[in-house]
Amino acid sequence: MNTALSWIKAYVPELACTDQEYCDAMTLSGTKVEGYERLDKNLDKIVVGQVEKIEKHPDADKLIVCQVNVGNETIQIVTGAPNVKEGDKVPVVLDGGKVAGGHDGGPLPEEGIKIKAGKLRGVPSNGMMCSIEELGSSREMYPDAPENGIYILPQDTPVGADAVEVLGLRDTVFEYEITSNRVDCYSILGIAREAAATFRKPFVPPVVEVKENGENVNDYVSVEVKDTDLCTRYCARVCKNIKIGPSPEWMQRRLAASGIRPINNLVDITNYVMEEYGQPMHAFDLDKVAGHKIIVRRAKDGDEFQTLDGQMRKLDSEVLMICDAEKEIGIAGIMGGENSKITDDVKTVLFEAATFNGANIRKSAKRIGLRTDASGIFEKGLDPYNAQAAIDRACQLIEELGCGEVVGGMVDVCEPLPEKKYLSFLPGKYNKLLGTDVSREDMLEIFKRLEIEHIVNSSGEECLGIPSFRQDLEGDADIAEEVARFFGYDKIPTTLPSGEATTGKLSFKMRVEAKARDIAEFCGFSQGMSYSFESPKVFDKLLLPQDSPLRQTVTISNPLGEDFSVMRTISLNGMLTSLATNYNRRNKDVRLYELGNIYLPHALPLTELPDERMQFTLGMYGEGDFFTMKGVIEEFFDVIGMRKKPVYDPKAGKPFLHPGRQANILYDGKVVGYLGEVHPEVLDNYNIGTKAYVAVLDMPEVLPFATFNRKYEGIAKYPAVSRDISMVVPKEILVGQIENMIAQRGGKILESYQLFDIYEGAQIKEGFKSVAYSITFRAKDRTLEENDVAAAMKKILNGLEGLGIELRQ
Amino acid sequence: MKEKLEQIKQEALKQIEVSDALEKLNEVRVNFLGKKGELTAVLKSMKDVAPEDRPKVGQLVNETREEIERVLDEAKTKMERAVREAKMKAEVIDVTLPAKKNNVGHRHPNTIALEEVERIFVGMGYEVVEGPEVEKDYYNFEALNIPADHPAKDEQDTFYITGDILLRTQTSPVQVREMEKGKLPIRMIAPGRVFRSDEVDATHSPSFHQIEGLVIDKNITFADLKGTLAEFARELFGEDTKVKFRPHHFPFTEPSAEVDVSCFKCGGKGCRFCKGSGWIEILGCGMVHPRVLKMSGIDPEEYSGFAFGVGLERIALLKYEIDDMRLLYENDIRFLKQF
Repeated sequence: MNTALSWIKAYVPELACTDQEYCDAMTLSGTKVEGYERLDKNLDKIVVGQVEKIEKHPDADKLIVCQVNVGNETIQIVTGAPNVKEGDKVPVVLDGGKVAGGHDGGPLPEEGIKIKAGKLRGVPSNGMMCSIEELGSSREMYPDAPENGIYILPQDTPVGADAVEVLGLRDTVFEYEITSNRVDCYSILGIAREAAATFRKPFVPPVVEVKENGENVNDYVSVEVKDTDLCTRYCARVCKNIKIGPSPEWMQRRLAASGIRPINNLVDITNYVMEEYGQPMHAFDLDKVAGHKIIVRRAKDGDEFQTLDGQMRKLDSEVLMICDAEKEIGIAGIMGGENSKITDDVKTVLFEAATFNGANIRKSAKRIGLRTDASGIFEKGLDPYNAQAAIDRACQLIEELGCGEVVGGMVDVCEPLPEKKYLSFLPGKYNKLLGTDVSREDMLEIFKRLEIEHIVNSSGEECLGIPSFRQDLEGDADIAEEVARFFGYDKIPTTLPSGEATTGKLSFKMRVEAKARDIAEFCGFSQGMSYSFESPKVFDKLLLPQDSPLRQTVTISNPLGEDFSVMRTISLNGMLTSLATNYNRRNKDVRLYELGNIYLPHALPLTELPDERMQFTLGMYGEGDFFTMKGVIEEFFDVIGMRKKPVYDPKAGKPFLHPGRQANILYDGKVVGYLGEVHPEVLDNYNIGTKAYVAVLDMPEVLPFATFNRKYEGIAKYPAVSRDISMVVPKEILVGQIENMIAQRGGKILESYQLFDIYEGAQIKEGFKSVAYSITFRAKDRTLEENDVAAAMKKILNGLEGLGIELRQ
Repeated sequence: MKEKLEQIKQEALKQIEVSDALEKLNEVRVNFLGKKGELTAVLKSMKDVAPEDRPKVGQLVNETREEIERVLDEAKTKMERAVREAKMKAEVIDVTLPAKKNNVGHRHPNTIALEEVERIFVGMGYEVVEGPEVEKDYYNFEALNIPADHPAKDEQDTFYITGDILLRTQTSPVQVREMEKGKLPIRMIAPGRVFRSDEVDATHSPSFHQIEGLVIDKNITFADLKGTLAEFARELFGEDTKVKFRPHHFPFTEPSAEVDVSCFKCGGKGCRFCKGSGWIEILGCGMVHPRVLKMSGIDPEEYSGFAFGVGLERIALLKYEIDDMRLLYENDIRFLKQF
């Protein structure tokens, strides 16, 4: 909301402060000022001058030489403006002064434009007469300004006066951020009331008295509200003998400062009252209202209606309409109709000030696709008492400004008006909540300024009467906030909570995840983050079959677009997209990891919350291979206390991975994740032109195995004995099988085994590979004898022979 | 005899003197002190010495042996030192050659900021709690005093899955779930991913992170909220950081406030960073609305509490001067490596 300070001051006459003081104080009391701008910024030495004499420029056809009386002297000004006449009063910027912009109305330069005396085609010119654009405004806001010419001031303007003041530009426009609970502050009066309370100055609202003619409004119009759930109050008044003309300058200036273009007295009055009271109003041409009857009802599905901007609008049965006896004439709270629009020949006007259901207006405006200033206010839910106040104010202005004659009375169709609300006055409770020690007198002083009444009810209890415009004040906490706002948030002390001590901690899951981050980073992986929602097309990119359960997704009903429409069921798309981004930007040797959820529905459509599963995803290209990835997994298992040997099952069946280079990771017989080289076709789908590897650990499966408990097992005291064996192994036998055999048959004294050579090629017979292991034995309690080791080795070798493995000589 | 020993000694010392390698010193040792060495020979001839002279001769022999050994050791130590010096001289390296690094990975700036915040609050006795990202309407809105027709519920802000299941728009539902457990007092923070229907641009993302804080106990005051957040701001942004509480409105707190911190770039004087105001808005907070307490089964007459919410990305962008939010989700390694 933008408002000129002068308008606020009209109701807080004693308000005296700098713009910055106003900004700071209002913000601290809860009416946040987003910013402010002086209207006289860069306007300097600009006075009212009167053109006394005009002569032709001797050397230029398009220039004239004017003698301009600026009060204490008469100066010569050369101008090319076509519209000045002798006797005109105009704004003149004197030598050394400043204007805000150029006459073309383009963007205003930050520092303004300096004006200096000089010569124009050889003739001295000691100042400049100004157009409205040069004064930083526009013809939109000053409709009486000529196109391409000097702004002509009214004849009664005193010569030599401050022209900036005369034009109403000695003012500052403040932009406020009003919170949604303070509907009352979407109005000048609301803000003025806050300003008065903030600065502890009297608040002087306008005194509304309507001079009516002797007629009765009921003879002019009748109102029927059919859908009282959507319209709780409908006030109507009639003004006749309307004379359309410009509104007075003061009104135009105030509207202009609020960013509202002055049009004519009738339109300006409705806009003015909307700003002043925060109550949007509508004016109908009563002669266009069939049957002089207003009916408020819902539209029918499929209805179409032409709004006064000429557009056809599609309606439905939740849109509230204003109708006459025959037809629809306006969309309630949003925009009037073309068919009842006010034109300059209007004779009799019907004013409407109503209270509509805010949520309905908001939803209707959204569905119709038409959000107006009026609907923006209505959707906040208005005070029904304010409707009457506003319509009376409008009629008062009609009469006072000579715009028309006010017919007596008001048609008022309304649901029972809300009764005044009372809350107990509990100063101790407010102080207890705030941690303050504000005296009850100070509190009452604050309430008085906010028009909160202090009474003692019939049972002797002290109560606070809440004014109708403060629908937000519902309980003690709300009252405490009022106390805090005007006592000053900055004056509330700062303490730390006392009371029972609590233990600060992270959950076990978070601690394991922290370890995952540590290990990934030690292994050279940087942390990425990707979106939780993605396109359903990723399943095709990942070559998932049509019947894959991963295609069963939690789907967003109102996504930002298909690309963000399903909650991911697999974390790889984010990883591959990130790798692709890096590959595309020619980053070398990229290693990324992510810790993020996937979302698996239990059943579709969703009836309960889906299973959110944290995935520890690793991805890389460049240096490193499948076994690098495997190393990271095992390092991670090691630090989270998973000390058993994981098993890798090559039959993982992942369509997005290379069929010969993938494995499920099993721990203690359970699949806890998988890893592999990305399938070449998937790499193509992501435009990754190099081999890439991924690993995914399903953290809910990992967590039960993780532990931070450790037990010292002693350091071996007795020497170890090692045996190296070299084998010729059938190609299809996996190293894992050999290791299993060693582990199973090595007995208690087996300490470790280490692959140290694997070879396929010329020296080895077809269909075989050479594999060499170093096996280490050690006993905890003695030095091993040769026959201990020999026995163990024999068992191992027997087992290996059973796999078709020959010992190499 | 004495002369002979003196002669042997002189001869030995002479030979030590001219030795220029460890092997030669060893030869000297063998020649004089070894089994077949000259001094050993003298000892062997002791049987020819008169018994009464034997102790004296024995002593002389020992003295000679000790002297030769001493000089030998000295020479050896000296020589070894020289050899080592020479070796080290040959081993001089160019210390300015590149380091051999392990190329450790880097943590996401969001996580770095989150861990900072967690550290501060865990230190103050807060438990870190998580909750579901796909959430029920009740927890995300209704239980937080945002009734059915509240504008904040408008579809334009919230992603819905079904009529009553949605993507949480804030981490506040975690508070409600925690309060419902009925274990008091509560001191918790709930970090996590939240979703709002905002198009992606330099300052918006449809998915971002929030950290919500909640304290419920007897006698919790707005002053406690002020003190806690002032402490937090000082820890996070530096000892000299000042905080400013401005009245604001949130449906789930009353009274509510927005909190600005003094600009940590200019110290509050006003700069481009804080748009000249000297202040930077960082979070929203307030006293938990009595209705919210009541809905979660806590008696507002007995207990009170405060809550606050802060955007993780906002902190990360501010602290690390990141000028485009999109960078946080692109995962370009050149970006990540800067943290």
